[in-house]
Amino acid sequence: MTAAPVISAVGPVARAAAPGRRTARVRPYSLTGGRTRFGHVLLVETFVAASADPDEEPAPAPGGLAARVMPEVRAIVGLCRRLRSVAEVSALLKMPLGVVRVLLGDLADQGRIRVYGTGDATGRPDRALLERVQSGLRRL
Amino acid sequence: MDYAGSDTTTGPEADHQGPRSWQTDRSRAPAVTKIVIAGGFGVGKTTFVGSVSEITPLRTEAVMTEAGEAVDDFEAVPDKDTTTVAMDFGRITLESDLVLYLFGTPGQKRFWFMWDDLVRGAIGAVVLVDTRRLEDCFPALDYFESGGLPYIVAVNHFEGTARYEPEVVREALSLPAQVPVLVMDARKRITVVDTLLTLVGRALEITPGRL
Ligand SMILES: Nc1nc2c(ncn2[C@@H]2O[C@H](COP(=O)(O)OP(=O)(O)OP(=O)(O)O)[C@@H](O)[C@H]2O)c(=O)[nH]1
Ligand SMILES: [Mg+2]
Repeated sequence: MTAAPVISAVGPVARAAAPGRRTARVRPYSLTGGRTRFGHVLLVETFVAASADPDEEPAPAPGGLAARVMPEVRAIVGLCRRLRSVAEVSALLKMPLGVVRVLLGDLADQGRIRVYGTGDATGRPDRALLERVQSGLRRL
Repeated sequence: MDYAGSDTTTGPEADHQGPRSWQTDRSRAPAVTKIVIAGGFGVGKTTFVGSVSEITPLRTEAVMTEAGEAVDDFEAVPDKDTTTVAMDFGRITLESDLVLYLFGTPGQKRFWFMWDDLVRGAIGAVVLVDTRRLEDCFPALDYFESGGLPYIVAVNHFEGTARYEPEVVREALSLPAQVPVLVMDARKRITVVDTLLTLVGRALEITPGRL
């Protein structure tokens, strides 16, 4: 059982697999530049929300990733009734950031989660934004 | 944990004002940006974040292998040990459509793998320093110096300890003249806000204007 501490480090998602069965490896979805396969930018502060009313969510196709980790996916979609940042989803559901980003990326690619603010999200803030932050902080 | 059964409608956030208006409107999202607070263990990062945040600081974790790679996979690598890195963060709604996040992150070099990702799009970084353990901030300084991200040095002064003038700290850290250094108290909101303003000012200095 050399893998046991490792699995507990990854947290609840690893436990979603049927007991006694090895968790199937999810494609190691590399988030180059914070982007998912379909170009969604998922930085820690990126806002996400459910695209539809989560109660009207269709059941996931059997066998897919969504079906295998359904409780986590449902929790994410439920939490995203409200606008949340990627970091908030990770913190509030106590799921590691990397895992949350994979799931959110998948949900976004499926159109079930909307990812806000794209454009130049990976660049540095421009002067206009910095000035807004400055006046905002001065008002605190 | 039974995710499906837990109440995820409201979430266990502690925002005393209740949900902000932007949170409940899914048709649009506010502009969002972030500032990174880096420093050694126990230097006051979480205290700093908590002093200005509108929510009780939340904790998020990233899993990394001993080799220093982030794990974004469901199956951990069986032949490598993994460690969990905790990051605390807070949030400030500056305008109804402008939100600032503050991320406190440990400063050790072995966490650099996380920073590349964390600093992307950030306004800049506050390197928090305890003068009794000055060397704890060296890795963070090295990182931000080489990465070109705007940064400032904030000395979190613990009362009862020697108080050093900013210029003395600057010299001890061999900081370039243009990098702001200030002495503050992570428990005092007003000095935390000042620190953030100093960083934004520094970022404005080195951000080119529109042509
Ligand atoms: N006296 C005094 N105590 C402080 C100050 N800032 C932080 N502390 C205390 O120092 C301790 C560590 O502060 P934290 O904010 O948890 O530090 P941290 O950098 O988040 O620590 P880690 O996340 O464990 O690395 C806490 O007990 C704080 O209450 C300060 O300015 N003065
Ligand atoms: Mg802390």
